[in-house]
Amino acid sequence: MQDFGEAFRLAVSLVLSGDADLVEIVALSLKVSLTAIGLACVIGLPLGAIVAITRFPGRNAVLILFNALMGLPPVVVGLIVYLHLSRAGPLGFLGLLYTPTAMIIAQTILITPIVMALSRQVLEDLNAEYAEQFRSLVLSRWQQVRALIWDARFSLMTVALAGFGRAVAEVGAVMIVGGNIDHLTRVMTTAIALETSKGDLSLALALGMVLMVIALGVNAMVQSLRMTAVRHAYA
Amino acid sequence: MTFKTRILATTAIVAGIAASGGVAQEQSILVQSTTSTANSGLYDHLLPIFTQESGIAVNVVAVGTGQAIKNAANCDGDVLLVHAKAAEEKFVADGYGVERFDLMYNDFVIVGPDEDPAGVTGMKDAQASLEKIAASGAVFASRGDDSGTHKKEMSLWAATSVDPASGSGAWYRETGSGMGATLNVAVGMDAYAMTDRATWISFENKSDFEIHVEGDEDLFNQYGVILVNPAKCENVNAEAGQTFVDWVISDAGQAAIASYDLNGQQLFFPNAD
Amino acid sequence: MPMRDVALNTVMTGNGADGTALPMVPDIRAVTTSDLCLTIGDKPLIRDVSLSLSPDGITMIMGPNGAGKSLLLRLIHGLLPPSSGGVLWGGQTLSDDLRRAQSMVFQKPVVLRRSVAANVEFALKARGVRDAARRDALLDHVGLLDHARQPARLLSGGEQQRLSLARALATAPKVMLMDEPTASLDPASVLKIEEIVLEARANGTKIIFVTHDLGQAGRLADDIIFMNQGRLHEYGPSDLFLSRPETQAARDFLQGRIVA
Repeated sequence: MQDFGEAFRLAVSLVLSGDADLVEIVALSLKVSLTAIGLACVIGLPLGAIVAITRFPGRNAVLILFNALMGLPPVVVGLIVYLHLSRAGPLGFLGLLYTPTAMIIAQTILITPIVMALSRQVLEDLNAEYAEQFRSLVLSRWQQVRALIWDARFSLMTVALAGFGRAVAEVGAVMIVGGNIDHLTRVMTTAIALETSKGDLSLALALGMVLMVIALGVNAMVQSLRMTAVRHAYA
Repeated sequence: MTFKTRILATTAIVAGIAASGGVAQEQSILVQSTTSTANSGLYDHLLPIFTQESGIAVNVVAVGTGQAIKNAANCDGDVLLVHAKAAEEKFVADGYGVERFDLMYNDFVIVGPDEDPAGVTGMKDAQASLEKIAASGAVFASRGDDSGTHKKEMSLWAATSVDPASGSGAWYRETGSGMGATLNVAVGMDAYAMTDRATWISFENKSDFEIHVEGDEDLFNQYGVILVNPAKCENVNAEAGQTFVDWVISDAGQAAIASYDLNGQQLFFPNAD
Repeated sequence: MPMRDVALNTVMTGNGADGTALPMVPDIRAVTTSDLCLTIGDKPLIRDVSLSLSPDGITMIMGPNGAGKSLLLRLIHGLLPPSSGGVLWGGQTLSDDLRRAQSMVFQKPVVLRRSVAANVEFALKARGVRDAARRDALLDHVGLLDHARQPARLLSGGEQQRLSLARALATAPKVMLMDEPTASLDPASVLKIEEIVLEARANGTKIIFVTHDLGQAGRLADDIIFMNQGRLHEYGPSDLFLSRPETQAARDFLQGRIVA
């Protein structure tokens, strides 16, 4: 148990001293995972909305696929992206392997299904309320999608948060496609894995605590936004 | 790669995002490396010296030797720095590497809990100590990951009368993980394990573990360095990679390796020709 | 079930089912239905409704709960596809263009999670119009200009329904379909909404209005459709229907008895 006390002291001193390496990996973690969730929303929200407002043959199969893809193992996603981005792979010419861009791609693939599946549920509920009005106004599908996403924006923030949480916490994909290169692709989780493999459990745990505090901070921000929205009956 | 065809659907997304561009450094090389040189802190000591002299930044991907060689064969690196001589020579013979150079050595040791249930403390014969561990019923933690250390361990078992595979899951536990992770497992299970000395010295979760077996010639651990073949991989930064290889086997580089110590112990012993 | 529907069909309108008296330019405010049926599962909910409505004035659809009033309105507007039979507006089958000339107000106001002003802008933008002055005029018309910047879902029920009306009027509809828009509102709100509806009527908008409020029918209706159990029972001028209903069901309904 001494590891926890030691780790806590270490975490506090790392944060208070503004450790440059720590700041760097925290910043990269946030940059990679926030970009990934941004892209996942751009791709996943319209897809989730389309499925929410459309009835078509095989729709149930699509829903099952969405839900299954939510459980994609990060290592598998990492491997798939590695095989594509490797110099020996079809996209090797882009020279993206072992860059933050590769990590963003992997995490985007990992969390887009989460955004699709969860937003589909949220938007389908809202659509039940709006559908007749939209039909009466003769809106195009794209107009409906945009209106639903905009009106559900505060509920969808929770969806984005779930995706961000999975992205920022995963290690398997970014380890493979990022390579955990110091000062280039090292993020919180790969640093934690590295320190664990060095047997420096206190430092690993301290980094884990910092990661949890960051996750808490992001959650708190979103929650306070939501509270404002609820007061305005927008959520 | 038949796998590719199944995942072409993701390609479109990947290509779209790729437009945002990667992080490119003007003069930098990528080293596919074994973990021990990274985890022991050698690179933190060595690379800044090289970068200051050459102006070339060095990025390191530290994975098991097996994976490092595979990655380099996929052209995902400029320099290969690992410790599995036979595999390295095959890498060069297959045309993936330009030339292999001996770089440095250290040795493997067998570590275990200080009460030493198998009674191997002080033994000099690696094979005999492994046989004794197997016979005692004590637990042994193996990398099981095709790394340089794992290859070495398997070659030692091969010279004994024991087939560890028959005890797999029972007394013989293959972690399928890196050296540090395997040591963590060994400490957690009071198991014996074979590790390179550099990783052991720098490992910080030793608990009550100690070195029990060391000093056998068979435990010698040779590291090699290879420039990935630009004729095979046109993306290789051959000039900068060659500069790095030349430097680490030069007197200056060798001296820098020798000067790295942890807690007063030298971890790597340069032996380039 | 008395079968006087067919005769009543022709009471109010000159353009009968045979089409002999159709005007030269078809008035898309005039709806006719022929043998309209809606069956869900094996339940017939609307049965053989044939109607021809005047292109002017306020037509009210009345009847007890479960009569099929709201379903008939949705069939007419095209929100539901009929199981058989058809709906023609000015002789044309319902198309997106025709539906753009119509708008609908629902019993439970559909209020977007936006400001009051943005709710009206939404309907304007659906027709490609960006016009702040028009938006404000519409809000002023329904008495909500002072609330323009407020979150729409914080309005009272009556205010929300007036907002729905402003949104319905935003598209300058030739036909407005209203499904019990005042069913759960306070008298002051009902009065305001009725004023707005009468104004729309005066401006030439055809209004088809579902209600079960006899007083409201007396105040607003030019003619009345009486439905029971999915069937059309009567259609005629409102004063005639209210004073001298021809079917037993209608008499029971008007006198507050349970309708069999």
